[in-house]
Amino acid sequence: MKSLITRRKSLLVAASAALALSLSACGGSSGTTTPPVASASFEAGTTMEKLNKAGTIKIGTKFDQPLFGQKGLDGKPVGFDVEMGKAIAAKLGIAPDKIEWVETVSQNRESFIEQGRVDLVIATYTINDARKEKVAFAGPYYEAGQALLVNKDDTSITKPEDVAGKKVCSVTGSTPAKTIAEKYGAEVVPAATYTACLEPLRNKQVVAVTTDNVILAGYVDKEPDAFKLASDETFTKEPYGIGLKKDDTVFRAWINDQLEGFAKDDTYKKAWEATAGKVIKTAPELPTINRY
Amino acid sequence: MDAVIASLPEYWDGFLRTLYLSVISGIIALIVGTLLAAMRVSPVAALRGFSMFYVEVARNTPLTIIFFFAAIVLPRLGVKFEQFEVAAIIALSSYTAAFIAEAVRSGVNSVPVGQAEAARSVGMTFTQVLGFIVLPQAVRTVIPPLINILIALVKNSSVAGAFFVLELFGYGRQLSNDYGNQVLWILLGVAFFYLLITVPLGLLAHFVERKVAIAR
Amino acid sequence: MTSVLYDVPGPKARLYSLIGSAAGVLIILGILAIAVTTLAQQGIFDADRWAIFYGPMAPDVWNLIGQGILSTLAAAAVAAVIAFPLGIALCLLRISLIPWIRIPTQVVLEFLRGMPVVLMMLFVLLVFATGQFQAVVVGLTLYNAAIFAEILRAGIQSLPKGQREAGLAIGLRSFQSRMSIEFPQAVRRMLPSLVAQLVVLLKDTSLGYIVGYEELLRKIQIMADFLGPDFLFPAFFVGAAIYILINLTVSRIAIMIERRGSKKAAGGVAPPSLRTGLVVGGNDPVAKDSVEGPNKA
Repeated sequence: MKSLITRRKSLLVAASAALALSLSACGGSSGTTTPPVASASFEAGTTMEKLNKAGTIKIGTKFDQPLFGQKGLDGKPVGFDVEMGKAIAAKLGIAPDKIEWVETVSQNRESFIEQGRVDLVIATYTINDARKEKVAFAGPYYEAGQALLVNKDDTSITKPEDVAGKKVCSVTGSTPAKTIAEKYGAEVVPAATYTACLEPLRNKQVVAVTTDNVILAGYVDKEPDAFKLASDETFTKEPYGIGLKKDDTVFRAWINDQLEGFAKDDTYKKAWEATAGKVIKTAPELPTINRY
Repeated sequence: MDAVIASLPEYWDGFLRTLYLSVISGIIALIVGTLLAAMRVSPVAALRGFSMFYVEVARNTPLTIIFFFAAIVLPRLGVKFEQFEVAAIIALSSYTAAFIAEAVRSGVNSVPVGQAEAARSVGMTFTQVLGFIVLPQAVRTVIPPLINILIALVKNSSVAGAFFVLELFGYGRQLSNDYGNQVLWILLGVAFFYLLITVPLGLLAHFVERKVAIAR
Repeated sequence: MTSVLYDVPGPKARLYSLIGSAAGVLIILGILAIAVTTLAQQGIFDADRWAIFYGPMAPDVWNLIGQGILSTLAAAAVAAVIAFPLGIALCLLRISLIPWIRIPTQVVLEFLRGMPVVLMMLFVLLVFATGQFQAVVVGLTLYNAAIFAEILRAGIQSLPKGQREAGLAIGLRSFQSRMSIEFPQAVRRMLPSLVAQLVVLLKDTSLGYIVGYEELLRKIQIMADFLGPDFLFPAFFVGAAIYILINLTVSRIAIMIERRGSKKAAGGVAPPSLRTGLVVGGNDPVAKDSVEGPNKA
């Protein structure tokens, strides 16, 4: 009976938190992001100049990643990735409502950039060499890592080696799914979304859910009585970068400059606190920019 | 192309699981579907009503929703399975059974009335009329549409890939992420393995259709 | 209406049937009761879980659901509108008298029909790097055009040979005979199957969920993702109910059209074998007893 009451309480908290988040998302665009630079001027022929003149930008992001890029009830995405996008757009002299958000899923990010369907991709997009063959990355602007989400009462799993031969849920065809299967020998149970994974975990049909720690942290926050992270340690490094056209070195260098600027003038910190920082208490430092 | 060759073990594993899901669900659906069709023409009003209701609802519910129900709602009701294949089989067979019931019913419909009248006039009961006279004749007309339903079943099993079962479609998604630059070949490979099941079944349907036509 | 399969039940049989029915209803009610109590224990019927549908968030929630319904219908409508003419074109190619048009078309049709629709959607999404809407529409269009083509072909083949022969005899070209004599009859004759296929098409839009198209089910999932997993069930139940309701409505309309269509068709050419069925009032959309038509060659 007692557990029922606490459960309901946490439910209310979760609902009100979600509501607060959606409210802050509606009104927050002006509060968290610096206003667009009115007098921004760029060298002719650069991508920055083109976007500035057009007064609009197409940014690809995920619509289903809590805390980073998630579509709210009002249809607008919210999250840290989205705030980063708004900050960069502002530097191009583009207001938040002039940004066209395009949903990108893991499998189509490269091709969307190559075909010019989006100008930028900010979508929990891990920088790696295979991807660098097709697109360029600015950043990283955040470093996540793969982790395991387990049931609260489960003490048998603390490290990835513990799930060898056991069932672990992840999204079909995602990189975390591949890692846990190939490196740690887990049996992957594929789902359409990470939220869908929570049900079999709750029912103990799988022992863990795996993806980047920041996404899992969002679930722990929503249901602290049900789930926990197996460990605070991550077992991969996932530096998130901003994807853009492969040969656009000028634009890439410019974004890198902006990211460093955001770290200095607190835009970075504010964006974090307004989104993921509500759940993940340790505020990140901007990782060292990789100017390759 | 080399990505396809390198992934042959995955394809094979997925192919076998797709086959497994289809065969088991197909058998269950055939049995349940025939029972439903028998209920639909039975003297007991409640059975008729139930059968009609079931068929109507199941045929009008998207498969994705049935999968969602079997894989996510049922465990909450205390029906838990060690293997996620069980949820997929429940979803696929309960969906397919409705279509089979309809096909069998229209097959029964195609048997001339005189057949049943003759059987009844020699004193056969309802079960005897149905079991010995009507259904055996109905089967002939019904086989081509039944095969088409089974082909649809094989294709529908791809939805399981989004609900915890790693079958052909699920592997297709996984491999297309692994080999981002060879998506075309990876997915054509998946298509090939589906066609490996569906095309022979389709040819069989054509063949049977022709045979039945001659027998008439 | 009585069936020839059994006698009109007497008082005893009626009693048994009544007892049996009552028992059956009780069993079903029992199962439902167990399900409901299990769910209730998990708090699924708690008012705060359902508050999303009438509480302060309700406008946003219903707006989202409305968008979901619209995108479901939009994808289905666009796909249907393109698939039908494409299906006619494919059918014409399929029954062409020239082998090297007919045979490749047949191969393409078999290919399209033998493939899961969701795989086609994924193919379009990844290989052509389109948006989700285009992927869903193209996947649905290609698949259903192939099915329409097959249905129409079966319709043309079920026509009496004399129809085409008469057309040719009065000096029509083969193509003219197809268009002005055979197609109109085939469409009319196959109307039930064509409309039934439209219902399938509408239902298949839910596959968009898997490739990330924001149709109704995906919107529901997005909503539940956003509000937290506790709202998954209320959201899902409402979504499923809406989906079933839409489909049932379209099915009903389909059956109405079918009835009208069959009346009209009766005025035209009589079906090859006027058979009397065992089951009364049965409209059989699956009636695939299309006898292989007259040989064209």
